[in-house]
Amino acid sequence: MGEVIVITSGKGGVGKTTTTANIGTGLAATGKKVCLVDTDIGLRNLDVVLGLENRIVYDIVDVTSGVCRIRQALIKDKRFEGLHLLPAAQTKDKTAVNPEQMMVLCEELKKEFDFVIIDCPAGIEQGFKNAIAGADRAIVVTTPEVSAVRDADRIIGLLEAAELRDPKLIINRLRPKMVKHGDMMSIDDMIEILAIDLLGVVPEDDQVVVTTNKGETVVRDEKSQSGQAYRNITRRILGESVPLMNLEEPGGFINTLRRMIGLK
Amino acid sequence: MLDFLSRVFGRDSSSSKNVAKERLRLVLVHDRANVSPELLSSLKNDLIKVISNYMEIDEKALEVSLDSSENQVALVANIPVKRMKRANKSPA
Repeated sequence: MGEVIVITSGKGGVGKTTTTANIGTGLAATGKKVCLVDTDIGLRNLDVVLGLENRIVYDIVDVTSGVCRIRQALIKDKRFEGLHLLPAAQTKDKTAVNPEQMMVLCEELKKEFDFVIIDCPAGIEQGFKNAIAGADRAIVVTTPEVSAVRDADRIIGLLEAAELRDPKLIINRLRPKMVKHGDMMSIDDMIEILAIDLLGVVPEDDQVVVTTNKGETVVRDEKSQSGQAYRNITRRILGESVPLMNLEEPGGFINTLRRMIGLK
Repeated sequence: MLDFLSRVFGRDSSSSKNVAKERLRLVLVHDRANVSPELLSSLKNDLIKVISNYMEIDEKALEVSLDSSENQVALVANIPVKRMKRANKSPA
């Protein structure tokens, strides 16, 4: 019996879909059977992020409304044996699926896959309720901005109200240099405010844009920092204890100066 | 110069990160307490009514707000008193 994990954030544009794609790919690369489910009905995106946009025949609404069987709607990834995508419908809206149908769908998928990763739409309305309905645990994605952390806080409250206890936090697009200069909230600042466990920190990285442009995931990029961050997150999801990677660049004039006058 | 130095070393309490943190803290107090400005204003009106039974207060200067410190939220009311009322008039 597999596990259903929902990736959510409240605010849009913080990297839910990118996170879903990378965690999914990362888990599949370790040999797990993974199904990614895009629940952003009307604004389908996970397919293009994964580079699978040309292979969609059926979608999630076709499955829940009984037009096709689950197996027919699943798209198999070309690069990773165990990776599958259940795409969202593009021409319908969020009310085309209800939470009860999602619970049934998740139960079915759990029988087949080790991990079912659900990409939640932005907002707190029906799309959100659908996405969390069948989930066993939740991952909240935020960026170091007041608006994103505020929305994350609201989402954490709603997850608890829905009895999805103990959600984990991913801080995305952190810019260590700005944190160092006191111009961006730090990891500790956000953990303190949100009071939940940290699952990982992904630094801002141009390589995410480059790989996404090509329909690939950065988690497979051995050299990039963000790829390393996603690989660490994947291992933590699998239960390993992996220390946070060092995001600071060693050396540098300011660092040396600070050490010299004893500020660090 | 000192200002510049403290900025360079990230010790300035007015650095934008601290501003962000403080704003976030305040907005979350209201979000978490689920208190709307309307609720706060009607609470204020009720407070004025009750307190006016006992003392004369400066209604215009009255301030009611939610404050957070050390994981606790407090209702803070600043009510300037003009003078006490005579004790012989018992409140209703």
